[in-house]
Amino acid sequence: MSIALIDYGAGNLTSVVKGLRAVGAEVTIAATDAGLTRCSGIVVPGVGHFAATAGVDEGLRHAIMRRIEAGVPLFGICLGMQLLFEGSDEAPGVAGFGLIGGRCTRLSPPRPFKVPHVGWNTLEITRPAAILDGIDSGAHVYFTHTFAAPVTPDCAASTEHGPAFAAVVDRAHVAGVQFHPEKSGDAGLRILANFVAMTRS
Amino acid sequence: MLAKRIIACLDVRDGTVVKGINFEGLRNAGDPAELARRYNAEGIDELVILDVTATIEARRAIGETIRAVSRELFIPLTVGGGIRSLEDAAAAIEAGADKVSLNTAALSNPALIPLLADRYGSQAVVVAIDAKRERGGWAVYGRSGSAATSRDAVEWAQEAESRGAGEILLTSIDRDGTRTGFDCDVTAAVSRAVSIPVIASGGAGTFAHFAEVFTRGAADAALAASIFHFSEHAVDDLKQFLAGRGVPVRPC
Repeated sequence: MSIALIDYGAGNLTSVVKGLRAVGAEVTIAATDAGLTRCSGIVVPGVGHFAATAGVDEGLRHAIMRRIEAGVPLFGICLGMQLLFEGSDEAPGVAGFGLIGGRCTRLSPPRPFKVPHVGWNTLEITRPAAILDGIDSGAHVYFTHTFAAPVTPDCAASTEHGPAFAAVVDRAHVAGVQFHPEKSGDAGLRILANFVAMTRS
Repeated sequence: MLAKRIIACLDVRDGTVVKGINFEGLRNAGDPAELARRYNAEGIDELVILDVTATIEARRAIGETIRAVSRELFIPLTVGGGIRSLEDAAAAIEAGADKVSLNTAALSNPALIPLLADRYGSQAVVVAIDAKRERGGWAVYGRSGSAATSRDAVEWAQEAESRGAGEILLTSIDRDGTRTGFDCDVTAAVSRAVSIPVIASGGAGTFAHFAEVFTRGAADAALAASIFHFSEHAVDDLKQFLAGRGVPVRPC
């Protein structure tokens, strides 16, 4: 069985496909609910504006929820992680999945911090999580984002850009990362491999 | 803590890297994919491919170069040179670029910036500015530094930001190729005038030049080409040098 990568028309999927395949995963692109019926895991990628997540239509959203309820692991990347929350101030009219409590808000650190937050920043691991297996605090990963999720008990690693935000969330078999593991060198590939392992256990 | 980024630039013409390659142990020293692999292994934070191909026919080759470079690369890749339309950007991104860099096309058609930002997100849109010191300020030049414009570099950077650019790649025409150091004055002026990251370019000759542009120049990232070509451990050595001077870097 393969991992279904959700294509809802937001940005390109090339890098994520390449990253997952590099760690041995079989990947299929799923643009409709039909693509989810036989998958071993679901990846929700995404770059850009939260409003783009409205591209995950009702049918697809319903199918994703059903698969999660059936125990299929889900991994959200960047915007795909923000979608796991209740919503985002970036597009107040668009509902998130609500799998993780809280809303995403705009980063507003004091000068000289810049927004968007672009570049390699460090993870501060707050508790163990399968998605972080083999990753230590201080590991650098590549971020590029303007909005961020709050640090809550579902946060397994945080990052500071001024104040701290959730870099990694983890709740049962649902995980998400604010950064781009497919662009984060060896640390990122390890995190992708950890998700692939979750889909096989 | 957010690291200061070290970015290597590959000038590519007809599928071959054209700027002073001096690596030993490469099967084909001009092969962009092999050089990219090398830099990646050495710990470079990001790569820029600049297509300096002169003709439109030959430009089609850049797609193959992007595909070859990005195949085994898991760090951000920016492609610039000759991107004039949504179609050009789409082709580069489809081939594996994470960001596209706009220069002359953004000057003649600033609406291209929001067009690409709406389609791919601001994080995918870099506006490259070639600046030359003139009359107490910095003038913007187009067409690889050959065509004067009426624009001021600081104001153009602010406009690019307001139109949706995600980063500014700022090259000092005065310093480019001189190895006398980055122009910290223009870098600081632009960096302090915008809230998006600024990549300094042009003039890197020593490790101390990088330390200077990250401190006095307030740069968020620094780009160079030839300095990385001279020794096998240049990236690692540079990062250790910077770390020793209190500049936050991603260790190799």
